[in-house]
Amino acid sequence: MVESMPGVKQRPLMRAVVYVPLILTAIYFLLPLIVMLLTSVKTMDEIRAGNLLSLPATLTFEPWAKAWDKMGGTFTNSFMIVVPAVAISTAVGAFNGFVLTKWRFRGSELLFGMLLVGCFIPFQVILLPMARTLGLLGLAGTTGGLILVHVIYGLAFTTLFFRNFYVAVPDELVKAARIDGAGFFTIFWRIILPLSGPIIVVSVIWQFTQIWNDFLFGVVYSSGETQPITVALNNLVNTSTGVKEYNVDMAAALLAALPTLVVYILAGKHFVAGLTAGAVKG
Amino acid sequence: MSALTIRNVKKSFGNTHILKGINLSIEAGRFLTLVGPSGCGKSTLLNIIAGLESPSSGEILIGDRNVNQLSPKDRDIAMVFQSYALYPNMNVRKNILFGLEIRKVPKAEQAAIVDRIARMLQIENLLDRKPAQLSGGQRQRVAMGRALARDPKLFLFDEPLSNLDAKLRVSMRAEIKQLHQRLKTTIVYVTHDQIEAMTLGDYIAVLNNGEVQQFGTPDAIYNDPANRFVADFIGSPPMNFIPCEVVGSSSQGFGVKMTHEGGDFVLEASGDLKPWLGKHVVLGIRPEQITHVVTSRLDERGVSGHACPVHLCEPTGPDTLVTTSINQTKVLARVRPDTAGTPGQSMDLMFDMNKAVFFDPTTGERLRFQLLKAA
Ligand SMILES: Nc1ncnc2c1ncn2[C@@H]1O[C@H](COP(=O)(O)OP(=O)(O)OP(=O)(O)O)[C@@H](O)[C@H]1O
Ligand SMILES: [Mg+2]
Repeated sequence: MVESMPGVKQRPLMRAVVYVPLILTAIYFLLPLIVMLLTSVKTMDEIRAGNLLSLPATLTFEPWAKAWDKMGGTFTNSFMIVVPAVAISTAVGAFNGFVLTKWRFRGSELLFGMLLVGCFIPFQVILLPMARTLGLLGLAGTTGGLILVHVIYGLAFTTLFFRNFYVAVPDELVKAARIDGAGFFTIFWRIILPLSGPIIVVSVIWQFTQIWNDFLFGVVYSSGETQPITVALNNLVNTSTGVKEYNVDMAAALLAALPTLVVYILAGKHFVAGLTAGAVKG
Repeated sequence: MSALTIRNVKKSFGNTHILKGINLSIEAGRFLTLVGPSGCGKSTLLNIIAGLESPSSGEILIGDRNVNQLSPKDRDIAMVFQSYALYPNMNVRKNILFGLEIRKVPKAEQAAIVDRIARMLQIENLLDRKPAQLSGGQRQRVAMGRALARDPKLFLFDEPLSNLDAKLRVSMRAEIKQLHQRLKTTIVYVTHDQIEAMTLGDYIAVLNNGEVQQFGTPDAIYNDPANRFVADFIGSPPMNFIPCEVVGSSSQGFGVKMTHEGGDFVLEASGDLKPWLGKHVVLGIRPEQITHVVTSRLDERGVSGHACPVHLCEPTGPDTLVTTSINQTKVLARVRPDTAGTPGQSMDLMFDMNKAVFFDPTTGERLRFQLLKAA
C-alpha cells in the first residue's frame, strides 16, 4: 500500500510521516504481549523486585509448566467444543447459503432477513431461554450443549458469509448441472462446495476465534469438567487464596490465546483474500 | 415429424407478463433462431423449453411427448450458455464427462465419447486444463463439447457467441453452422444479433415484448416483414422508414410523394394503393434498394432516378453509405464508392420500389396490396 502512494518512496520526510505513526501504533499494541511474555518466564522474586520491561535475569519455564498443569484439561475441553461447533456451523452455513442463492423458494429472502437479525442479538438476551432449552433437552452442563449454543449462534454469521459468496457464483452453473442430470446434493457437493475454499477459510477463522474466545456461554452453560479454557483462566486469575503468581497467570493467559494467534498467523492472509474474493468464472 | 412444439406458452412473474402466448413448431433436424432485443424473453423461453423454469400456462412438446412435467435431465436436451458455465473445479475432460458420469455411462464408452468430441472440436490438447486456463473461444468449444457428449435430441444455445470478440464470433458462427450440417440435430439458438439469426437459422422467430412478431425463413423475414418492428430489427444498416402521402401517379398507378430541400418527386408503387389514396403511410425501403444510377435499369418498372442532397458519406469498403433527407427523415442509400457525391451537394440516386413495403403509420402493421398488372 505504502509503496503505491506516489512520492512516499522518494521523499524521506514523507516516509517518516507514514512510518513513525505506524511503528508507534505497532509498539503500543505489542507492548502488553511483550510484558506478558517477559513476565511469564521470570521468577516471582524477580517480578516483585523488578521492572515490567526488563529482560528476565534467570529464564524459567516453570510458570508455563504450572499453567499447563492447571489448565491443560480445559485446553482440551475447549478443543472438544470448538472443533465440532466450527465444523457444524460452517457446514450448515454453506448449505444454507446454497439453498438461499441457488435453490430459492417462496419466502427465502424473508427467511434470510430474519436470519440476519440473529447477527445482532446480544448474548445476554438469550442466556435464560437457552438455559431452559438446554435443560429440557437434557444437555445442561454438557459439552454437547455448549456446541449446540455455539452452532446456533454462529449460523447467522456463517450463512451470511456463504450466501454473499454464492450470490456471485453464476446461476448458469447450476442450470448446466441440472441439465447434465445432477440433483440437489450432487450439485452442492460436486460443483458448489469445491468452489468454496476461500469462504470456508473465512468461516472457519471467524467461528474458531469467536467460539474459542467465548467466555459468557462457557461460564453459564458448562459445569466443572466441561469448562472451556477461558473460564478456567478466569478462575485461575481470580483466586483469592494464596499468593498471586503473576508469572503463572501470564503463561496461562498466553496459553489461552495461543490457538487463535496460531490460526490468525497461519490463515490470516486467506481471511482477507476470502472476504474480498471475486466472482467465480465458469 | 415436429421435433419441438411450443403451444401457447405464457410466463408471468407476478404482474409482469414476460411471454404472452408463444406458438412455434419446427421439424427434426432444423435450426431455429430466436432473435429479439434484450429483455424480450428469449432466455426465459429457452429455459422453459429446457425445463429450468416452468411456464405459467401452455405446453412444450419434444418429439411427440409433452414434457411439461419432466425435469431438465429427462428431456433429452443439452444446453450451451452465454457464460459457458463450465464447472471451474473440473478440467475439460471432466466437464465433458460430468453428464455421462451422472447417467452412469460405462467408463469405456465415456472414453470413446471424449475422444470423438475432442477430435471433432479440436480440443484434444486442452483436455487436462481447467476452464480458467482457457481462452474465450476455447471455453466456448468446451461448452459445446459438453453439450454434444450426450447426443441429445434437442440442442439449446443461449447467446453462445456474445462474449467473443467480433472476429472469433464470425468463425465460431461458421463452425456451428457446419456442425449442424454434419450432425443434423435440432437446434434452438437464441441471439440478439440479427446477422447470427439470418446466417444460422433455417427458421427465424423474431420476438418482441413477449410475442412472436414473425416466424418464417430468413428470406421471408428479410423480404416480407410482417411489421415495422421486424423490418427495422433485421438488416444492417436498417431499413429506411419514410412517412409519405399516397398520390396518383402518371401511369394510372399509385405513388408516394417525396419531398426534400431540392424539390419533390413521386415514387411509383407496384401495388394497388387505392384504399390509401390521399392518406399517409410509411414507406419501407432498404438502403440497398437506393443506389447510384445504373442507366440501363432506369426503364424497368418501379425503378427511377432522382437527385437528392448528400448530407454524409460513410465508406464501408465495398459500398459507401450516403445519407440524405427525405420528408424530414434521414434516409440511407448504399452506393458504389466511386459514385458517392460530396456532402453539401446533391447526387442522383436510383430508387428500386419492387421490394419496397408499406406500413400503417399508427400501428406499424404491414399494409398489403394487390400487385397492379403491368401497364
Ligand atoms: N425471476 C424473474 N423475476 C422477474 N422478472 C424476471 C425474472 N427473470 C426474468 N425476468 C424479466 O423477464 C424479462 C425477459 O428476460 P430474459 O432473460 O428472458 O430476456 P432475454 O430476451 O434473454 O434478454 P437478453 O438478450 O438480455 O439475454 C426481463 O425483462 C427480465 O427482467
Ligand atoms: Mg438472455
